[in-house]
Amino acid sequence: MILKTRPHLTQNEPLLFESSSPGKKGYQLPPLDVPAVDPKTVLGAEHVRDEIEGFPEVSEVETIRHFTRLSTWNYAIDLGLYPLGSCTMKYNPRVNELVARTEALAWAHPYQPESLSQGAMEIMAELERCLAEITGMDAVTLQPAAGAHGEMTGIMLIRSLLEKRGDARKKILIPDSAHGTNPATAHMCGYAVQNIPSNARGLVDVELLEKAMDETVAGLMITNPNTLGVFEENIVEITKIVHAKGGLVYMDGANMNALVGIARPGDFGVDVMHLNLHKTFSTPHGGGGPGSGAVAVKKHLEPFLPYPRMKREGDQWAFNYDLPESIGKVRAFYGNFGVLVRALAYIMAHGGDGLRRATMDAVLNANYIRKMLEPYYDLPYKAPSMHECVFSDDRQAKKGVRTGDIAKRLIDYGFHPYTVSFPLIVHGALMIEPTETEGKREIDLFVEALISIAEEVDEDPQLVLGAPYLTRTSRVDEVTAARKPIVRWRPQAAVGKAAD
Amino acid sequence: MYPENFRYTKEHEWVSVEGGVGTIGITHHAQGELGDIVYVDLPRAGTVVAQGKTLGSVESVKAVSDVYSPVSGEILEVNELLTNSPEKLNEDPHGAAWLVKLHLSAPDELLHLLSSADYQIYVGEKA
Repeated sequence: MILKTRPHLTQNEPLLFESSSPGKKGYQLPPLDVPAVDPKTVLGAEHVRDEIEGFPEVSEVETIRHFTRLSTWNYAIDLGLYPLGSCTMKYNPRVNELVARTEALAWAHPYQPESLSQGAMEIMAELERCLAEITGMDAVTLQPAAGAHGEMTGIMLIRSLLEKRGDARKKILIPDSAHGTNPATAHMCGYAVQNIPSNARGLVDVELLEKAMDETVAGLMITNPNTLGVFEENIVEITKIVHAKGGLVYMDGANMNALVGIARPGDFGVDVMHLNLHKTFSTPHGGGGPGSGAVAVKKHLEPFLPYPRMKREGDQWAFNYDLPESIGKVRAFYGNFGVLVRALAYIMAHGGDGLRRATMDAVLNANYIRKMLEPYYDLPYKAPSMHECVFSDDRQAKKGVRTGDIAKRLIDYGFHPYTVSFPLIVHGALMIEPTETEGKREIDLFVEALISIAEEVDEDPQLVLGAPYLTRTSRVDEVTAARKPIVRWRPQAAVGKAAD
Repeated sequence: MYPENFRYTKEHEWVSVEGGVGTIGITHHAQGELGDIVYVDLPRAGTVVAQGKTLGSVESVKAVSDVYSPVSGEILEVNELLTNSPEKLNEDPHGAAWLVKLHLSAPDELLHLLSSADYQIYVGEKA
């Protein structure tokens, strides 16, 4: 039974371009009380922009209503559980927002002199210190703007160290349970990718790794816990195998929500890793960005970190650009500062014990869901779950219902879908990560929804195949959208013209 | 379903050879697993590929998957049909929707590929 939703009026809304009428304005200026000049004469014609043709002209209230109406069509973490596996969609506590919007921080300018930026620099230095402690690493850069950007920074650091040793090497090893961005990163950094298959328990096959590891391998990119939500229990042995042949270990920290306060990658042999502050440390995520993919390294990689880095000069913070071995800047200024403020606020509000408790709650929630749904959905890998659990649609597929169909039906029940068809090593995956945000009531509603859908599949698969029914738009044709995408709106007249 | 004169890989590609020229595609089983295919990325003619190395990729609504070359050789021709009609890969994977034709540089490699009967056992479909 659908408990969480009921029909509710929402308003139709055209595109802003379609609402436009010539001459409408969102503001009114007082009459000019100085002589008018032609900007082209004063600034030079090349600096003056032409009018933008077709730019929408709407009033202020129309603009406000436009975006407010659109916002009511949305689903967000502030409305309910957002179980996208491996995305760690956790609630962003409002105190983080309060702190980040403090005037002195929100209006700080990156070109402010260092002497007037001491507070902002103190925040970044303190965050670097906290992240180094949490990960068990020696140094941190806050520049990378998101996870994959952090990966690229990390692999560039590995390449720099190997080049300094005399051989950048050729290959990066990546387990088949890794995040999809890992192979892309290795490729972008000029490395060939060699896949390491998982064993029957969903863990890296240590024997296969040992065979694949040789002096042509620059390193291993490993996600721990992996995308099955399983902790790589042989991680110490794995890092030893890579180190024995002179390679380095990169850890994708996207799943750090299962480790914070419990286990430190620096202690189990990782040389370099990134953290997704917008996942683990609760800063806004998923269209609410920007993100942050801070990178943490051991001592031997520190000289290569992006510049500038912060250093202490007397009782002042200063930016140090004199780092001859640095890979250079990876982002303008010093990263997405507002995100960094939120992350530090989150860490300080929790404290060490609180962070550890959040991790334990996240793992508890995932295991509760696993236990409750195991009688209804196939669980292909039985190794203990950490912060997420992965089912397959094996039982439902026999009735012609696939993971994507179950996800669409879940929308009718008032939940954002879980991650569909990923990781690829699970056939027809349903990947669920509740995070510590959720209490038992919301999780029970979610569990009941998925049980109810499993029963619908048994009794009336067509019902599930036609879902969703309660949304503004019924099921969209994803295939045509992907094959023949229309990515730009054009005025009707121009569409007709183009067709001629 | 799986032509007798084709040879198959465990990664679900097929190759059929005529006069030193191999035609390469992905199998019916592969297209079924991938689901609706929306984009096909192939190398240019003249590219030299090695057995087991990436030949290109196939994108479906679910995922992007690499296609591995079942044999080594130089690409002679790429199937232009797939540029605008990737859905043909779902409709006729063993026929009109071949991916590339190449000149085989090591025909002995064919000996290590699966026969039609073995491939069907491998994917668990009855011969």
